Amino acid sequence: MRYLYYPGCSLRSTGRAYEESLLAVLKALDIPFEELSDWNCCGATSYVSIDETDAFALAARNLALAELQSSDSTINLIAPCSACFLVLLKTERYLESYPHVREKINSTLDKAGLHYHGRVNVRHPLDVFVNDYGLENISKHVKYPLKGLKVASYYGCQMVRPFKTFDHSHYPETMDRLVNALGAEHVDWPLKTRCCGGSLTGTIQEAGLRLNRLLLKEAEKRGADIMLTCCPLCQHNLECYQERINRKFDEEINMPIAFFTQLMGVALGLSEKELGMHRLFKMPSLKQITHPKGEMVNAW
Amino acid sequence: MHLPTPTSVRSEEESHKIEKMKRVIRRIKFESELDLNFGERVADRAYGQKLLSCIQCGTCSATCPLAHYMDYTPRKIIAMTREGFKEEVLNSLTIWLCASCYSCYVQCPRQIHITDVMYTLKREAIQMGFHPKRLPIPILAQEFYKRVLKDGRNTESWLLVSLYVRTNPFIMLREAILGLKLFLRGRLTIGREHVKRRDQLHTILEHKKKEAPL
Repeated sequence: MRYLYYPGCSLRSTGRAYEESLLAVLKALDIPFEELSDWNCCGATSYVSIDETDAFALAARNLALAELQSSDSTINLIAPCSACFLVLLKTERYLESYPHVREKINSTLDKAGLHYHGRVNVRHPLDVFVNDYGLENISKHVKYPLKGLKVASYYGCQMVRPFKTFDHSHYPETMDRLVNALGAEHVDWPLKTRCCGGSLTGTIQEAGLRLNRLLLKEAEKRGADIMLTCCPLCQHNLECYQERINRKFDEEINMPIAFFTQLMGVALGLSEKELGMHRLFKMPSLKQITHPKGEMVNAW
Repeated sequence: MHLPTPTSVRSEEESHKIEKMKRVIRRIKFESELDLNFGERVADRAYGQKLLSCIQCGTCSATCPLAHYMDYTPRKIIAMTREGFKEEVLNSLTIWLCASCYSCYVQCPRQIHITDVMYTLKREAIQMGFHPKRLPIPILAQEFYKRVLKDGRNTESWLLVSLYVRTNPFIMLREAILGLKLFLRGRLTIGREHVKRRDQLHTILEHKKKEAPL
């Protein structure tokens, strides 16, 4: 089975480390994939706030292009960014459930010589790694078990809601199981799917900072050494505004925020550069994590 | 943009002031001033007539992470939409503060697609020019829309600059250091990303007839 890969705009700018590490891990695990050619923006939450037909048509172009590129009966389209994942998934589901939407969008696509038949299955890389590739297979590839590292997995909202695809919508555990397969411990915390505010940090910053502070404080209190995310916007919010949160609320939070694919890469023995570690604000040292004895002393 | 302090950290004096303010601005609305079909039209646009079956339990407001910043909680917005308070609903901050986290959507005992209702209200507010002036969120949505309509992809640096130019250019000074840090790590690109087949994209996006306002 060959996967199609839809990067999305954020993975080409603020979330570059996510793309670099994801592709490196896919290659290391010999999972075949190719990029969706000439993909366009999914429209995120903004497009649908302006024009719904445009929003569906924009996302549906990607689905139609995927059908042109692959002849599989079910095309697995990997969308790593939570917003892209949801928008593409929602388009896929709504086109399937509401015939009037499907007709309208297909008549729009037809004008441009495209058509969507309903063969695409939108997948999140976390789902692909855990449910397709399997945790046992991943454990076999682990070169440096991350013993003693306490990880708070943060799923954000749009990957688990509103559609129930591969995990619970308020207390998902897929990433925790993955983290355990890498040898690290997961932290139980209740805010794993609470909203980070999305683009609010750029618009109404006051509200955005408060939401992020709550997440960071809770993870810290539960003793996490690191927070893992699976969305470029969550990662950006939690990492880049930490300093401002500390200043504004008189806190001393010092929490490294990485993509789950980066930690996977570390355990698989990939290099810092391949995983885009140099793009993070707090650069963790690989030598310390992968201590020869397999023990780790507060490396991050 | 000034926001009231959240209820949890409000001082006594402040809450008293806010209570007093509320009392002053409250006014009676007569049925003749309402748009009585508003609720039905919104329900129609937001997938299924379920909006009208809301039991006002307040689960949406309880799960909403942004409820305490809103001028009307999601429960109130639904009640007001249903009763036809069109102007109040479309002028509210609430619809713009919704960050689309879908908490209410999955919790609602009546399976109302609340996030889709909010999107419908946002579109309506923009079409009728109702949103609060200089509120950055609708402006961000509009700039994003234009950016993608032009290039087919979004370039974050360009989007943010156009947002700040239209809302408050001084914010650029505040964000300059963060921008530089991101730039040095290769996380902000200056060149614009775009699709190869812009003509195809434009055919899709511009061919259709615009929907009539509600």
